[in-house]
Formats: sequence, structure tokens, C-alpha cells
Amino acid sequence: MFDLLIVAVMLWCALQAVRGTRLLVAALWLAGASALAALLMFRLGAPEVAVIELSVGAGLVTVLFVFAINIAGEEPPVRLRSLVPAPIAIVVALCAVGLGAAMALPNLRAVADVVQPDRFATVLWEHRSLDVLLQVVLLIGGVLAVLGLLAEGRAQSRKEQQ
Amino acid sequence: MWLSLPFLSAVGVLGLLGIGLLGLLVTRNLIKVVVGLQILVKGALLALVLAGRLSGQVQTGQAMTLTVIVADTIVSVVALAFAVQVRRQFGTLDLQALSTLRR
Repeated sequence: MFDLLIVAVMLWCALQAVRGTRLLVAALWLAGASALAALLMFRLGAPEVAVIELSVGAGLVTVLFVFAINIAGEEPPVRLRSLVPAPIAIVVALCAVGLGAAMALPNLRAVADVVQPDRFATVLWEHRSLDVLLQVVLLIGGVLAVLGLLAEGRAQSRKEQQ
Repeated sequence: MWLSLPFLSAVGVLGLLGIGLLGLLVTRNLIKVVVGLQILVKGALLALVLAGRLSGQVQTGQAMTLTVIVADTIVSVVALAFAVQVRRQFGTLDLQALSTLRR
């Protein structure tokens, strides 16, 4: 029953994040959905990732969203017509969910007993070392991209001042 | 069966994927696009954890989820920095206005 409540509130938060017109409110609804997804991960037996998701997904990303919205400035909450007409978008999303449900839900059973062969750190550092390398490369790439973007803006504003 | 944790998690995964897709399709704001993408990735994260649990390899599922969290966070940071720059340069976040803009 508790799990049903978590899933229902999580989906409701996600829907509110998509539906709302104010960006700041959407970011806060997204943080709620993220926190509940972390709780669901904890219930599924993945506490390490749940903690990381809670601190990064619900914490850091929300702070970044609020920061970016503050800098960029909130646009006036005018309801614009979407590029894809809303009924078509809803039908497409429902078709995708229905297809996924038809393929996944009938085969949803455990194919093996839940065993804990290793510690998470052992699996991450020894068995998935390529993933760790990829993460380091991504981090460096991300930092360079952000620095490049911000430097470009600074150069532009300096040119305007001159 | 209907109220079991794996079934409810699968429903959550499908719901998040659907809502994220809907958000990507209907929104015209650059920052709302990032919000839709985040919801979509949350569904993928939950799916990885669920698949790890069902196949009995929870730790491998967790390791892959961690990679996706890192990649997703970097994508969000770069996209938000991009949105801030777009807003500074063009004064709007509307995708329709940006796609028809001529410099």
C-alpha cells in the first residue's frame, strides 16, 4: 500500500512539473518526483544509488534549476500553443506507454533470486571500471562545455560594453 | 501480483517515461524541455534498478544507474548553461521563436 502511494504521488508530481506554466514551480515539482523516485529505489534494494539520486537528482539539479531560472529570468506565464498539438502528443505518449506495458508487464517476474554477490564499491571499481572512466571523461567534458559557454557570454558582454 | 513492488515500480517506470515524452512534445520553453528530459531519465533510472533486482544482479544495476545519473546531471548542467546564454543573447526561451530567428 505504501509503495502504491509512493508511485501515485511520484507520477502526480511529474505530471505537475510538465503541466505547470511557472518554471520555478515546475523545478520544485521535479525535485519532489526525484525524491520519491529515490525512495522507490531504496525500497527496491538499491540504497547507495538512492542516496546519490536524492542528493544529486533532488538536491544539486534543483539548485541548478533555481539558479538558472533566476539568472535567465522567468518568462511571463503565457500559455503558448505547443508545437505538436496537445491531443496528438497525448495520443503518442499513451501509445508509447501502452506498447511498453504490453511488452514489459506480462513478462515481469524475477528470473533469479536476489543475491548480493559483492559490495557495490567492488562491483563499481573492479567489474565496471570502464563506466568509471566514462564518468570521469563526461565530467571533464561537461566542465569544459560549461566554461566554454560562460566564457562566450562574458566575451560577448565585454564586446557590447566597448 | 497487482500490488507487488516490482509491478508497481514497472507502472512507475512506464508512467515517468510517458509523462517525460509528453513534456518533451508539448513544451515550447527551453528550460521545460530539460525538465521533461529529467523526468524521462528518472524513468530509465528506475527501470535499471528494477531490472537489476529482477535479474538478481542488484549491484550491477546500481553501477549502471550511477553512470546514467552522472551523464544526466552533466547534460542538465550544460543544457541549463546553454539556456541562460540563449536567453541573454536572444531574449527569449521560446523554441518556436528561436527556430525562426535570423541574426
